[in-house]
Amino acid sequence: MGAAVFFGCAAIAFGPGLALALLTVAAEPLRVIVLVAGAFFWLVSLLLASLIWFISVHLSDRDDAKQQYRLLIFGAAVSVLLQELFRFAYFKLLKKADEGLATISEDGRSPISLRQMAYVSGLSFGIISGVFSVINILADSIGPGIVGIHGDSPYYFITSAFLTMALVLLHTFWGVIFFDACERRRYWCLALVVATHLLTSGL
Amino acid sequence: MITFMNNSDSEEEPCNERTSLMSAESPPVPSYQDGPQASEAGEAQAHRKRRTGGSRSPNTVADREMSDSGVPVRESALENEEEELTLKYGAKHVIMLFVPVTLCMIVVVATIKSVRFYTEKNGQLIYTPFSEDTPSVGQRLLNSVLNTIIMISVIVVMTVFLVLLYKYRCYKFIHGWLILSSLMLLFLFTYIYLGEVLKTYNVAMDYPTLFLVIWNFGAVGMICIHWKGPLQLQQAYLIMISALMALVFIKYLPEWSAWVILGAISIYDLMAVLCPKGPLRMLVETAQERNEPIFPALIYSSAMMWTVGMAKPDTTTRGPSQQTWDAAEAGRENHRSSSHTDSQMSETRSPASTRPITSSEELEEEERGVKLGLGDFIFYSVLVGKAAATASGDWNTTLACFVAILIGLCLTLLLLAVFKKALPALPISITFGLVFYFSTDNLVRPFMDTLASHQLYI
Repeated sequence: MGAAVFFGCAAIAFGPGLALALLTVAAEPLRVIVLVAGAFFWLVSLLLASLIWFISVHLSDRDDAKQQYRLLIFGAAVSVLLQELFRFAYFKLLKKADEGLATISEDGRSPISLRQMAYVSGLSFGIISGVFSVINILADSIGPGIVGIHGDSPYYFITSAFLTMALVLLHTFWGVIFFDACERRRYWCLALVVATHLLTSGL
Repeated sequence: MITFMNNSDSEEEPCNERTSLMSAESPPVPSYQDGPQASEAGEAQAHRKRRTGGSRSPNTVADREMSDSGVPVRESALENEEEELTLKYGAKHVIMLFVPVTLCMIVVVATIKSVRFYTEKNGQLIYTPFSEDTPSVGQRLLNSVLNTIIMISVIVVMTVFLVLLYKYRCYKFIHGWLILSSLMLLFLFTYIYLGEVLKTYNVAMDYPTLFLVIWNFGAVGMICIHWKGPLQLQQAYLIMISALMALVFIKYLPEWSAWVILGAISIYDLMAVLCPKGPLRMLVETAQERNEPIFPALIYSSAMMWTVGMAKPDTTTRGPSQQTWDAAEAGRENHRSSSHTDSQMSETRSPASTRPITSSEELEEEERGVKLGLGDFIFYSVLVGKAAATASGDWNTTLACFVAILIGLCLTLLLLAVFKKALPALPISITFGLVFYFSTDNLVRPFMDTLASHQLYI
């Protein structure tokens, strides 16, 4: 535990995502805005999902562990669906913004293409999702303690870090595929994204 | 404690008032003002521009529009081009604002998380006399509302006072006040801050070294802010004093009062900017009539520095043309004042101005800066700092508030570009921030905690 674990896990979890962001997004102001707005959309979807989960927990029996677990799975599934829904909403917004930028630009083309926006939005969803999942774990890893002393796995931190990294990259890819599928109206691609997201969360 | 409180009181006072007023005063061109002041100032600016616009090139009209929108816009003759530039430059300027706001928040959050002093309860300011240590919830709520009412009325009174001072041309008084408050901030608060940080990390420090360090820091700060200095250094100082001020608020405002005050001040901001009778409007109009730049006061400028000097009545005043990094007195004021982002640049450009500021003009041409009042910095940082200090969800809540505030800032700038008139900067960000704080703390945190304990990733 301690600083080594913290830095190691942080690097594992956010290395690729942050590198992508620094190299591609940080230089262009429009992309940064798309990044932050994407994070906002993801947060709103999370808010709604946790509201639903919270209500369902309150309406249920608190002591029944199995039921709580099932409710959690339900909450996670709802959250995934909402995330995809908000991704779609973000797509619509970006499309409009793209058109707006194109109309007011000098040469009729917007300064940022929809593909770039797809990539940046996927990255933003990924980064914020990863951060929200793992930051508290990382904060705990600095402090004193022994992992898994009560019989859980001692590899909790490192597996969390790897899962987070995978999630960041997956969100990025899902973003690109999703936007492309929406553009070309390939609904099976959309369904694929949603299904794989559900599958990944369920694993 | 009493002494300290007095000090801080006096410190607060100028701040409060000033901020309110100052912002208004600042000739924020961009109507993006967040605080009552800002809006006023902005409007004044805008108006001024209109007036002086005539003498300028055809760009002035464009400028005016741009300045109105508060987005740094390059002067351009064509409307379309302006619009396009608005958006293009808008993105850049949004980022120019994101960076300092983020830096300020990082400083505040880092301090809150590491230095225990700022989260300990050690008394309250004189502006919030009602204690929150009451047994019942209703009583506590009542006390916090009363505290808020007192605080807001203090701010309003100060604003009106400042407007009166400005109306009756008591410039010296205002300057003196500004200098006094920046002195206090740069020396006393820095001394306390440094002391606490050294205590936290258990670093031994002797008084002579401390004196030297603080003296240098403070003296350079005074010069940078009130006179001339390198832009980045000045920006750094402004960020630091905003952070210090925010830390003071976080420490001395009781829990619930802080949240209610944040909400109330954004409502006040909204009203002051959009209602025709606010003191800020009067301030701006007065400044317009006199064709003077309003105290730039404490305004963070991302490019040229505003000349605070009231003494620059003509050409250059209009814009940051002055290459003078004069932050002037005004700077301090803004502490609380809501900020207004100015699209100074748009105004500035008076090609006619032949000061020896060619370099600045060139700079202006290339890079219109954006101005944001320090009051905005302070309140944003107070929100995020409070989230870091009191939320049990720790980092998730802090991050959510951070994103919310940035998006609010972005939206406000966008609205500014769309409506092209003065808009307050605080309401949207603070509303988003508050909504996200309470919902993340109560709803998202248990959800994420439960998910993390089962290692479920969504």
